[in-house]
Amino acid sequence: MPKNSPSIDMTPMVDLAFLLVTFFMLISQFRAEEAAVIDIPSSVSDLKIPEKDLLMILVDKQDRVFFNLTGKEERVKVLEKIGEKYKVVFNAEQKKEFSNMASFGVPVKQLPAYLDAGSTDRKKLAEQSKGIPIDSLNCEICDWIYFSRKTAPKFRVAIKGDQVTSYPVVRKVMNYLQDDNIGKVNKFNLITNMETGPSN
Amino acid sequence: MAEMNTDDGGGGKKKHGKKRAKKSSTRIDMTPMVDLGFLLLTFFILTTTFNKPQAMQLTMPKKDKDIPLDDQSKVPADHTMNVLLTKDNVVYWYFGMADPSKGALPALNKASYGPNGLRKVLIAENNKRHRAYDEIEKLKKDVASGKLPKDSLGKKKGDFFSDKTRKTSILVVLLKPDKDAKYKNIVDALDEMAICNVGTYALLEANEVEDQMIANANTFQ
Repeated sequence: MPKNSPSIDMTPMVDLAFLLVTFFMLISQFRAEEAAVIDIPSSVSDLKIPEKDLLMILVDKQDRVFFNLTGKEERVKVLEKIGEKYKVVFNAEQKKEFSNMASFGVPVKQLPAYLDAGSTDRKKLAEQSKGIPIDSLNCEICDWIYFSRKTAPKFRVAIKGDQVTSYPVVRKVMNYLQDDNIGKVNKFNLITNMETGPSN
Repeated sequence: MAEMNTDDGGGGKKKHGKKRAKKSSTRIDMTPMVDLGFLLLTFFILTTTFNKPQAMQLTMPKKDKDIPLDDQSKVPADHTMNVLLTKDNVVYWYFGMADPSKGALPALNKASYGPNGLRKVLIAENNKRHRAYDEIEKLKKDVASGKLPKDSLGKKKGDFFSDKTRKTSILVVLLKPDKDAKYKNIVDALDEMAICNVGTYALLEANEVEDQMIANANTFQ
């Protein structure tokens, strides 16, 4: 029948296109869900950072410290240990929420409320928070590092700092990471943007 | 359920005659929708792949206080370039040691980050000693052009710097950020180490004497 040949049924193609659109939309949204906005410095280094098996410490431009760990099981294990130490009980829903979350920057005592909050409330809480305490008398970041290193000793350690983060804060975190009783890490990955090298 | 069934049946029967006449109009032109779909698709593909961050590796010396003094590596003072990183993106540098008990303090030289500041000084100083900068650049070029295998660069560099005659006269850079330095400054300085092929460098902290030297240099401007 030559009559119906000029119009092609585009439905499968449209289906496929929108399937891919939804796929990419979801993928790209998951990445942007960081608790802090960090403008990272650029460098000529072209080393790719792995997306799995990573322990990341973020320091934003107000010198607030955030923590992130990949791997759902590892996250829950670390959260349980932290809860034990600080006598904070997390219920199953909070644990699940924690395992799906990206970085966070609230003290342990505020963590249950932070996990219960909806996404808009959580953003507000993250803005008000002063970050994870790094003071040597109340070193919560030390415990996060310690328990993460115990749970996942093979994870790489990355530091993500803002361009205007003051160096002493980064240094302090690095000292905790290096400490034999806390992190025992001497190899860091500083996360940077790509920059083309000098053209000579 | 019952209501819906009767509605459907009634509608179908009533419109039975019209359906045939309007047969061609049931098709919708889907081209604009497909266009939009693919536009979004390309947009999301591009944004997701562009967002990959890089990392710069930094290995710090192990914090071991039990190493006896004889085993600690000693560096001749005139090969030691101290780079002090401070506020307002300024760098001060001097050679040797700043020890007030051993005579006058060395004068500080001011520099900025970027190709005409620290980089120029580093390349010049590095080339003074065994032309380290030029030699490594040559190696890099050989690797880039395929003369040398790609994975041999690290080893060749290591060989170059661990050569016995060079080991004692190579440039050593000590990066010493003070309390006003920003994170970006440290990353930039480490970047210069990579660009200028400095084989031996360490990230330390400015001591009290150096803090004082920076303060003096800042007031005399």
